[in-house]
Amino acid sequence: MYLLIIILPLFSAIISGLAGRWIGYYGSSLLSSTCILFSMLLSFFIFYEVGLSGLPCFITLFSWINSGTLLINWGFLFDGLTSVMLIVVTVVSSLVHIYSIKYMEEDPHVPRFMAYLGIFTFFMLVLVTSDNLVQLFLGWEGVGLASYLLINFWHTRLAANQSAIKALLVNRIGDFGLILGILTTFYTFHSVEYSTIFACTSLFSNYYFSILGIKIHSLSLITIFLFIGAIGKSAQLGLHTWLPDAMEGPTPVSALIHAATMVTAGVFLMIRFSVFLEYAPFSLFILTIFGSLTALFAAMTGTFQNDLKRVIAYSTCSQLGYMIFACGLSSYHVSIFHLANHAFFKALLFLSAGSVIHAVSDEQDMRRMGSLVLFLPITYSLMLAGSLALIGFPFLTGFYSKDFILELSQVSSYTNLNLSYAPFACWLGTISVFFTAFYSFRLIYLTFLNNSNIVRTKLSVLHESSLLMLLPLMLLGLGSVFVGYLTKDIFIGLGSDFWGSSIFILPKNSCVLEAEFLLTYIKWIPFFVSTFGIFFISLLHIFPLFFYNNFKYNTLFYQFAFILNKKWYWDKVYNIFLVKSLLNFGYLTSFKNLDRGFIELFGPFGVSLLVPFLSHKVTSLQTGQLSHYIFFMVYGFLVFFTFFVPGFMLDIEFNSYLIGIFCILFVFV
Amino acid sequence: MLNQISCIMFSTLLFFISVLGIFLNQKNILVMLMALEIMFLTLGFNLVSSSIYLDDITGQIFALLILTVAAAESSIGLAILVIYYRIRSVITVELMNLTKG
Repeated sequence: MYLLIIILPLFSAIISGLAGRWIGYYGSSLLSSTCILFSMLLSFFIFYEVGLSGLPCFITLFSWINSGTLLINWGFLFDGLTSVMLIVVTVVSSLVHIYSIKYMEEDPHVPRFMAYLGIFTFFMLVLVTSDNLVQLFLGWEGVGLASYLLINFWHTRLAANQSAIKALLVNRIGDFGLILGILTTFYTFHSVEYSTIFACTSLFSNYYFSILGIKIHSLSLITIFLFIGAIGKSAQLGLHTWLPDAMEGPTPVSALIHAATMVTAGVFLMIRFSVFLEYAPFSLFILTIFGSLTALFAAMTGTFQNDLKRVIAYSTCSQLGYMIFACGLSSYHVSIFHLANHAFFKALLFLSAGSVIHAVSDEQDMRRMGSLVLFLPITYSLMLAGSLALIGFPFLTGFYSKDFILELSQVSSYTNLNLSYAPFACWLGTISVFFTAFYSFRLIYLTFLNNSNIVRTKLSVLHESSLLMLLPLMLLGLGSVFVGYLTKDIFIGLGSDFWGSSIFILPKNSCVLEAEFLLTYIKWIPFFVSTFGIFFISLLHIFPLFFYNNFKYNTLFYQFAFILNKKWYWDKVYNIFLVKSLLNFGYLTSFKNLDRGFIELFGPFGVSLLVPFLSHKVTSLQTGQLSHYIFFMVYGFLVFFTFFVPGFMLDIEFNSYLIGIFCILFVFV
Repeated sequence: MLNQISCIMFSTLLFFISVLGIFLNQKNILVMLMALEIMFLTLGFNLVSSSIYLDDITGQIFALLILTVAAAESSIGLAILVIYYRIRSVITVELMNLTKG
């Protein structure tokens, strides 16, 4: 049962990928959906057995790499953390499968699409269930590959190709960090298996690498390398640029990969390595700073994006920032709680966006939508529920996880804890709440509530999606309303032993209890801030003339909005300073100067030039003048006698200097 | 004093002078041939003096042989020179450069 959950998606992927032309659209859809639904059922069983009953399960199949002290098994580890990730991955994946049956109905390549979805799910499951770092890396690279294939699904489009390459390459930067992390882990612990390295971690808490006389705390170094991997995969600030561009793929793909599952792999990695992080305070600091900066940056950027999917993509980025800085504040179980909840409402938002895009004939620009509430009432209500859950509206899913993260950051910012960076995270997180509410309701207003800007031809074919698309939406809607409340006590309840040993928090870092008994007015802050955000954006849209006239001609505001719309010119800066200079380096320096220049000159091309040159020199010695010939004869005799007749000129030392002089004379006379 | 050293020195000096005579000469091939004859003569002189001082007859036999060879050589060389002059009407060494590398 435990392995079947991993094998089933692979089976469906292989069948619908290789036999797609025989089983066709219906066959591949049915097969993939059935397989993944079975996987989902099994993962619920696993959740019950492993998580609720507290019976972690280790499965070792056979050895993969066995060399010296390095022993890597094909091993699978099912503990609380894995079971939650399994639920998240399989539920979102199966709903996306069902959704795609209808969404991709007119596409000629459905079997290929289903195969890619299956590949993705398989690798994601390998990632979350692996019991060692190398197998995790297999899953990690596999989801990167699946992401490439899926973004590039419509491979005839140039933009899709570019985005896919960008996603893969930017991810690869992070993967490099992950590789370094694996290597340093092996260097330190002589093992990459979780059970071994986590058991030994506390013994290595004062272990230092010595490089060139500089001592580096090994656990900090390892966790920073791993965090570089997480930066790439979870789109944290710096390597986030691939995520918004990944919206070139089909919308179900965006829901599956870029909202619910793949981007959470980085956060999962951080949570999995909570043991390391707990003994590396510097890495916690880095995590907090990066996470909170990402949360604020992405939330602000999302506010003035005009592409429906891009707004949600930046929202994902922002929420991932929340998860990372929750990890940085040593609240891993809150982070995974937010991850699970976020998967539900973000998948809901993306799939609803897909439903909207489907309804208005593939128009993605929000400025060309409006008053869709009249035409798509079900999608509207679901999207509203998703948005409210996202902004942490009380008693919806987001409220339980996101507000708790903010409360934790409030506790951590107490001065007696000496966490000087926690107030920073607290402020940035709270400000992000405002922007989250702002862009969520801007999306609602522009898409559903404002006056319509749709072209008449598209208006005439406007329709609510069919049941097959709405059903996953409704299930996700139920999830985004109830999941947070239902699982709150399991995940973050006081004294809940659900996580067992999968999450480790040093007692001195744990502040869950204090967060529970915060002052009431502090607990109200996120709610008020988000309500203010909703209020503000509502004013902008309900009294548009007054505000637009004031804002439109206000240069400062206008410039600000413009910069936000251009994503802080982050891509531009990267392109100018990094991408272009790297490409130039590759072409000018390493290709033109080194490969085609230096090496060619000293290799074949240079030798082939040198031989005619030298032979011309030698032949030009034969002048035809008798006296020259005689000179060379005499000269040659002297050379011969000097060097090759032993005892002829003993007093002249036989050294290379003389040979050099003779050779030069010989050539240039 | 006619001792062994001075004989050898004399012949060696004369030999080097004749070598110089060959390759410092740019004009006249007759002078080159003469220098060649001097080289033969210095060799013969060297052999004769050595045979006297070593009290061995072999050197003188070799000197006689070399005289013969030198005579034959100079006759063939002059014959080649005559034929060359007949064709080119000139015997300047500088202009004998048709066989360049």
